[in-house]
Amino acid sequence: MQTIHELTAAFATGAASPVTVTEAYLARIGALDARVGAYLTVTRDEALAAARAAEARYRAKAPLGPLDGVPIALKDVFCTRGVRTTCGSRILERYVPPYDATMVTRLKAAGAVILGKTNMDEFAMGSSTEHSAFQLTRNPWDLARVPGGSSGGSAAAVAGGLAAGSFGTDTGGSVRQPAAFCGVVGLKPTYGRISRYGLIAFASSLDHVAPFALDIHDTALLLGATAGHDPRDATSVSAPVPDYVAALSGQVKGLRVGVPDEYFGEGLDPEIERAVRAAVETLRGLGAAVQPVSLPTTSYGVATYYIVAPAEASSNLARYDGVKYGLRVPGKDLIDMVSRTRAAGFGAEVKRRIMLGTYALSTGYYDAYYGQAQKVRTLVRRDFEKAFERVDVLAAPTTPSVAFKHGEKADPLAMYMNDVYTIPASMTGLPAISVPCGFNASGLPIGLQLIGRPLDEPTLLRAAHAYERATPWHERSASLE
Amino acid sequence: MKYDTVIGLEVHAQLATRSKMFCGCPTTFGAPPNSQTCEVCQGMPGVLPVVNRTAVEYAVRTALAFGLRVNAACRFARKHYYYPDMPKNFQISQYEEPLAEEGALEIDGPGGTRRIEIQRLHLEEDVGKLVHEGDFGTAQSSLVDYNRSGVPLMETVSRPDLRSPEEAAAYLRAFRAVLLALGVCDGNMEEGSLRCDANVSLRPRGAAELGTKVEIKNLNSFRNVQRALEFEVKRQAAALDAGERIVQETRLFDAERGVTQSMRSKEYAHDYRYFPEPDLVPLRLDAAWVGEIRAALPELPRARHQRFVAQYGLSAYDAGLLTQSQALADYYETAVRAHANPKALANWITTELLHEVDAADETAVKGVRVRPESLAGLVRLIDDGTINSRIAKDVFARMLASGEDAATIVKREGLTQVADAGALETLVEAAIAANPKAVADFKAGKTAAAKALVGQVMKASGGKANPGMVDRMVQEKLSQR
Repeated sequence: MQTIHELTAAFATGAASPVTVTEAYLARIGALDARVGAYLTVTRDEALAAARAAEARYRAKAPLGPLDGVPIALKDVFCTRGVRTTCGSRILERYVPPYDATMVTRLKAAGAVILGKTNMDEFAMGSSTEHSAFQLTRNPWDLARVPGGSSGGSAAAVAGGLAAGSFGTDTGGSVRQPAAFCGVVGLKPTYGRISRYGLIAFASSLDHVAPFALDIHDTALLLGATAGHDPRDATSVSAPVPDYVAALSGQVKGLRVGVPDEYFGEGLDPEIERAVRAAVETLRGLGAAVQPVSLPTTSYGVATYYIVAPAEASSNLARYDGVKYGLRVPGKDLIDMVSRTRAAGFGAEVKRRIMLGTYALSTGYYDAYYGQAQKVRTLVRRDFEKAFERVDVLAAPTTPSVAFKHGEKADPLAMYMNDVYTIPASMTGLPAISVPCGFNASGLPIGLQLIGRPLDEPTLLRAAHAYERATPWHERSASLE
Repeated sequence: MKYDTVIGLEVHAQLATRSKMFCGCPTTFGAPPNSQTCEVCQGMPGVLPVVNRTAVEYAVRTALAFGLRVNAACRFARKHYYYPDMPKNFQISQYEEPLAEEGALEIDGPGGTRRIEIQRLHLEEDVGKLVHEGDFGTAQSSLVDYNRSGVPLMETVSRPDLRSPEEAAAYLRAFRAVLLALGVCDGNMEEGSLRCDANVSLRPRGAAELGTKVEIKNLNSFRNVQRALEFEVKRQAAALDAGERIVQETRLFDAERGVTQSMRSKEYAHDYRYFPEPDLVPLRLDAAWVGEIRAALPELPRARHQRFVAQYGLSAYDAGLLTQSQALADYYETAVRAHANPKALANWITTELLHEVDAADETAVKGVRVRPESLAGLVRLIDDGTINSRIAKDVFARMLASGEDAATIVKREGLTQVADAGALETLVEAAIAANPKAVADFKAGKTAAAKALVGQVMKASGGKANPGMVDRMVQEKLSQR
């Protein structure tokens, strides 16, 4: 498997061509995706047209930048003008957006070749991609297992060599968790760093656009191409975008690494604990100063998240009523039509969360639930602020377990607990990355999570990069053949 | 009546911004259905709102004009209910943290000046429009026009300080006049630019505690506000007289039948589930900016009314007539600048001009064919003795018809009054010679006979003779006999 930076280096010298490479990816998707189920839609013609345009630019010695001609995949949550965007739901099964998400516009402007749209849990609600209304996605490391979720399709595409890089969204861990399950890098940037305009909302205050890549260098490139202020997103931050690749010095000497006690408690798979603690030792060996820290509010994360996220979702998903677009099931009157449409169009998990959220926002319950959850969120943020007075990054497991089998977590609560280590960074908007840090005895990937200060992606990437250079994990890849 | 009437008004004003509240679409009234829409105001998946700065400026301007406290920070909130004219099935409004609070509007009513307190002012977005084929009850389908969806609305809520339907109408008139003077709303009630809901209750005369209130919607003209409230006051009084309890409810005014009707549909039994809009950050209003807006406030109708009395020596009644609309007050002052006879000009406007045009109708006043400079020219011709006031009325009628200047008409038609002593003497002598009876009567002491002779001379001159000179000459000639 070739990384993005290897591909573009080859494009620049003429050793490889964007068209040939795109054709190779499309051929591989054609041959292997029936087994993986990463893609919901493959945009073959658009991809080849974009590849030809990129190739012409390389011939003219005027490529658009480090993503020109690079075949990537997008989670089916990003609006793509003229290309069906389902959000993994029956209710949007035939929805074709009239506009591109800002991040799509930026990727196209950078010359990226979009191969297609990837599978996901319906409306990004889930941790296994099993809640997709359309198909299962299989983990390229073990096809009997889930790729994680909700961005499972995008993670599996990169892990399976079906795209050079990809984008997902991370609301409670939906990129970091599948990255850990699929043995690739997944970076959730600071909230507001990449525009959410055109990302079909699940929970507005928690949704993050987030890239998957084979290594840290590629991750830096994907972040750099999409980050930056967007006048169409009032919550996007206006801070200038640093050169993320330049931050990859390989040096972590003196970097203060905190290890939060609460992330190594009950429920953590011992093999994961061993791998993560070994990773921390590797960082120490590279010159980092490691110290224990405490994040006492960690245990409130999941409960708080499952108030805030469903509350916002119940509001964001109110628009799917059969009136304007998407599925419409006729009824005897307006209310009947809306009820039938939503009953038929939404899956069980989406309905569960809409009901939870509707309840949490109801008059008389608002203060006890949503209001209280927002207060807890402030406390969680303070925990991190306190920790970051003493350390520069936090190191922890990404997930309590490795990829589980399809159907294994039928109980919603068991599924929710899979996000216990990823939710705190989601609720605080802090940048966090999952980096491969080993394999368990069955050969399933394990992820190391690093969490940084707001907008301090450079330090986060620098630490991850130094770790990656010192370890062999990223060199191993899943085999689908 | 043995009850006190208690009324509070909620006024929704469409702000006269060029673009919508949260997107860049135009706000022109009457465009073809759905021609002024984009993905944002159609509530497509993935869209985000961005606040219109001009709308905020207009709201601040209005708040300052009513003496409201402009909050340093305010917040938008989502208000949820299902209705197909509202594309997201929530309206972005303001709830717990409105833009401005606590001010007042002073109005002049039958009982003198009254101060009506305004509780709050906030910004929100308008909804679209449903077009039913045939009658609402029997229509087989409805069409939705989203042109109006997202147009900025400013809601202003008065305290229950109004004591009669006439006073409510007076409040609304004064309110509208302020908005027009500020240039923030076109005030067109027929096109829905200004809409009003009323809360009305009765209580035993002199009681302190408020009675049960009823909300009346759909009051779309000054006349309907008054009619609906008059009906409702009678209805409630009759119910109370009969020992019934008033039900707290929303009623709709049926303008054709002149009655209010209960809207007891389940569609209106809402729990709005307000929560802070997560896609927008709190709106912070820079004190310096608010100061600039305050400094640039125009003169308001009430202040102008008082100034007209003080500066031009007008009666309060005339000043009131002249300040019914900004256009009319501007008309008057332009005329006074062109010819400094404020009283005569006020007279001409209130008696002649307002016979032709509705004082409150800005557009009609602006479009009237006699421009203020021309009216000033007409009064100047009277004042300098070129024409007499009887002729002036004819000239005015011609000016209205043709839009020509007074001087042009007078010159072309030869209407200059005859003030040449020689010419008048001939006419006077001819009149005396032709009316021996009048001369005899005069001699006999009937001084009124001279008037008849003056009339004869005026008639003979075609109305152009200077009536003062003719009168003097007739007296003179008769006494000489």
